[in-house]
Amino acid sequence: MQHGSLITVEYQTVNYVSGPLIFVERPKEISFGETAQIILPDGEARTGQILDISEDVAVVQVFEGTRGIDSHVTTVRFTGQSPLLDVSYDMLGRVLDGVGRPRDGGPAIIPEARLDIAGMPINPYSRDKPAEFIQTGISAIDALNTLVRGQKLPIFSGAGLPANQLAAQIAKQAKVLGEGENFAVVFAAMGITYKEASFFMKEFEESGALERVVFFLNLADDPTIERIATPRCALTAAEFLAYTHNLHVLVILTDMTNYCDALREISTAREEIPGRRGYPGYMYTDLATIYERAGRIKGCTGSITQIPILTMPDDDITHPVPDLTGYITEGQIVLSRDLFRKGINPPIDALPCLSRLMNLGIGPGKTREDHRNVADQLYASYAYGRDLRRLVAIVGEEALSELDRNYLKFADHFEKRFISQGNVERSIETTLQVAWELFSLLPDEELKRIKQEYIDRYRTLIISGG
Amino acid sequence: MITGTIARISGPVITARNMTGSRMYDVVSVGRAALPGEIIRLEGDEAVIQVYEDTTGLMIHEPVENTGVPLSVELGPGLLASIYDGVQRPLPALYAKSGNYISRGIMVPGLDRERRWAFTPVKKPGDRVQTGDVLGTVQEFHLVHSIMVPPGVSGEIKTITSGEFTVTDVVCTLADGTEIPMLQRWPVRKGRPFVKRLDPEVPLLTGQRVFDTMFPLVKGGTAMIPGGFGTGKTVSEQTLAKWADTQVVVYIGCGERGNEMTDVLTEFPELTDPRTGYPLIERTIMIANTSNMPVAAREASIYTGITIAEYYRDMGIDVALLADSTSRWGEALREVSGRLEEMPGEEGYPAYLATRLAAFYERAGRVICAGSEEKTGSVTIIGAVSPPGGDFSEPITQNTLRIAGTFWALDANLAYRRHYPSVNWIRSYSLYLEDVEDWFSEKVARDWYQFRGRAMYILQKEIELQEIVQLVGPDALPDKEKVILEIAKIIREDFLQQSAYSDDDSFCPLEKQYWMLKIIIWYYDAIRAAMRRNVPLRQLLSIPARSEIARMKEQRDLERLKKLSDTVWEQTENLEVQTCSTAA
Repeated sequence: MQHGSLITVEYQTVNYVSGPLIFVERPKEISFGETAQIILPDGEARTGQILDISEDVAVVQVFEGTRGIDSHVTTVRFTGQSPLLDVSYDMLGRVLDGVGRPRDGGPAIIPEARLDIAGMPINPYSRDKPAEFIQTGISAIDALNTLVRGQKLPIFSGAGLPANQLAAQIAKQAKVLGEGENFAVVFAAMGITYKEASFFMKEFEESGALERVVFFLNLADDPTIERIATPRCALTAAEFLAYTHNLHVLVILTDMTNYCDALREISTAREEIPGRRGYPGYMYTDLATIYERAGRIKGCTGSITQIPILTMPDDDITHPVPDLTGYITEGQIVLSRDLFRKGINPPIDALPCLSRLMNLGIGPGKTREDHRNVADQLYASYAYGRDLRRLVAIVGEEALSELDRNYLKFADHFEKRFISQGNVERSIETTLQVAWELFSLLPDEELKRIKQEYIDRYRTLIISGG
Repeated sequence: MITGTIARISGPVITARNMTGSRMYDVVSVGRAALPGEIIRLEGDEAVIQVYEDTTGLMIHEPVENTGVPLSVELGPGLLASIYDGVQRPLPALYAKSGNYISRGIMVPGLDRERRWAFTPVKKPGDRVQTGDVLGTVQEFHLVHSIMVPPGVSGEIKTITSGEFTVTDVVCTLADGTEIPMLQRWPVRKGRPFVKRLDPEVPLLTGQRVFDTMFPLVKGGTAMIPGGFGTGKTVSEQTLAKWADTQVVVYIGCGERGNEMTDVLTEFPELTDPRTGYPLIERTIMIANTSNMPVAAREASIYTGITIAEYYRDMGIDVALLADSTSRWGEALREVSGRLEEMPGEEGYPAYLATRLAAFYERAGRVICAGSEEKTGSVTIIGAVSPPGGDFSEPITQNTLRIAGTFWALDANLAYRRHYPSVNWIRSYSLYLEDVEDWFSEKVARDWYQFRGRAMYILQKEIELQEIVQLVGPDALPDKEKVILEIAKIIREDFLQQSAYSDDDSFCPLEKQYWMLKIIIWYYDAIRAAMRRNVPLRQLLSIPARSEIARMKEQRDLERLKKLSDTVWEQTENLEVQTCSTAA
């Protein structure tokens, strides 16, 4: 795909190779950010992208790694284009590699369009406000941290916690109430194991949704630097499906920690000044160019909802990867090892979870009038119950008042009956019903977060066995 | 005009050669795509430039043109209700030109060139005018927008005309031939001139109890809101933007979420100012540089915002500037500094971070405005800070702490239990308490300061007592300390907590705040008085008025609220009778 010139210039001037980077000397007529083709001595072709150019040297990151590159025979050819992805409606049902080439043995994608994977920032003025409630069928999300169409809601997991099961369950069950669906899932894997990838494929196959999914797979043994491109390719495909073909696209990105590690690897190779824990200072901006590609656009019926998954190293939520993610995304779902050990499934730790767009998707006409109040009350009561647990560990349960003992019971029931639901899908009505059943453990005057009229209306329903 | 060529491209920073004669902070046009940029370093004939747009596609040897002027904003009627990017390009105009995505190299003027404004002169030919004098007025929504003599201009008016003009039409000429249009330009990195700085004495009211009553801010003061993610910084900033009692609000979304800006954009036109009844959008100017928009423009957005704020201040108006978040601005500095290969200070931030922060916050203030008429105006800065990992020891928080007068510390533990606004009452402080004491005694009540002090004491005491409870359990405390725990709980839940989404409570007038606090403290006094008469604590805590105290927030009728204070006394007094009769 040469533009403007029929002559292709090849450079044999690689003079320095360091980690994933090669330095090409005396480049001419090349532009910042364009892709390069690197031909190895054995004829293998690799792709790269320009990170820095000056008059005498161009720095190129090689997606497939630099093993086998030498400084004599290797030739570099610049394409004059920033990295592009062939996109088409027929991508649905396909398995592609981390940069969008078929991995399933099928034919090449016949492109309807070729799009720049970097994308462009959406004008905030063109964005449409997310407003539709997505029912995930999971109480801890629907009632407490509601997912809204066009939102980016990450799952903060720890090594060994069932984040993938949760994501798969959301992908299977997610629906907007009262609507026939025109949906698609774009799944981007960065550095996850084959086993994890095949788990997702099996899940989608069982639910019969496989032909609505596009897989972009960069597995643990695939080139590390390719991971930089994987989420961008996936989101480019998602944008095409959402804004050209008007589909509601759910994008699952897993595992963002691996992505950030790849970013760090490049940064170190460039000898940049490191920020916290060696991650580059621009990681916030870089992650934003991925996460901000979610949302709705005025005049388009399609939408992009993102569920990135990341692993918190050592379950530390202040680690730069979850920390910066939390600052960009609209909330987070946090998994807890304690709850997992207790057998709570899904082990969602409600307290640090948040959905910033929740208020846009709930209330009368969307879910139910008492939803906001119920969520606040559940939070307040559960938080108090958790505080009491700490107290009980020191002074014993006998030292507590009758009411406080009820709060303890409330916290236990909240985890066992409300959070823990296994593979069962709950409608929002069922979820709120369970919440009101829990409130029966507490006297009326403790329900300070709930308007009196809702207490009158919904509490009697429970007590009368409704 | 100086024209050089690109010699190096590294992300948002490029180096250009043959730029001799350029000055620091000159605006340049980079490459054939004419991307705007700003010179941030000069080395011999080389200039280092930060580019306000994505540099992908730029090539070595492409031309770089120096415009010879520093980065400036356009000031004049038409700013209100606008939404701009970091370098004052109106987003709706960008949308009209390039669609849903922000593409590159589009230049759109900050103020609409077509629109006509009715100009009414207040001066006449022959009058002598100087910098800052009001030549005439224009009605901008409900605000009387003064057209002022630009800084550095003075002389005798030769002609001045009333009528409908565009911003670039000349409305006034001076005897020396100077032509004055309504539009003026001002370089963003330089504060606009004023006569004298004044001490702050008027509180900036927000309708939020924890801010107004507990940790007040003043007009012309500075405040910082630090907090980890999810602690409600943005909601707090937006609440302040909604309810702050200033005539103009500048809201800078600096490196934050796109959907949040959309939220402000769709919500503000529907909301009305509780004091004037006009739509909030009509007093708001928004500057949106979302996290995925170019980094260098993020650095500029803060300055664009403060310059616009100063312009309105010069008319003798109170302006509030909200910056969400200054950490993203600091990170933009860090990123550019890293590309310049400067020696890093703490955590990779440049060594001049503290200076830049201080210089920005010092542009806040209450001043006597330039001009021969007596005008006082103010700019109040409220900056959100996003410390990594919620750790307040990081450089941006620490450097801001040294400058900001009010410190509203947000606390993740409060946010987790949905105590909003999650302002930690122990860590937060306001250095303006004494400045506003007089105002409060005069306008609200003489004993305001006293009630506030007692509430703070109870909250402080609660922390101490809780440590004991952790060791020995709540039952081991004597009754007079148990009361403190109970009252502290009431203060926390029924006074400090305030839902930004509640219709009845999102805005709480000052008088209601005062009465709510007064009733709680009176309840405390009533309990203590009754306890001296040996009334059991349990009974005192379960009087019917207590649930009314819990629902004070929803009470819109101030007169009925005031009656509650009597009810509290009556009910505790009655208890004595009951206990006496049962004992007899």
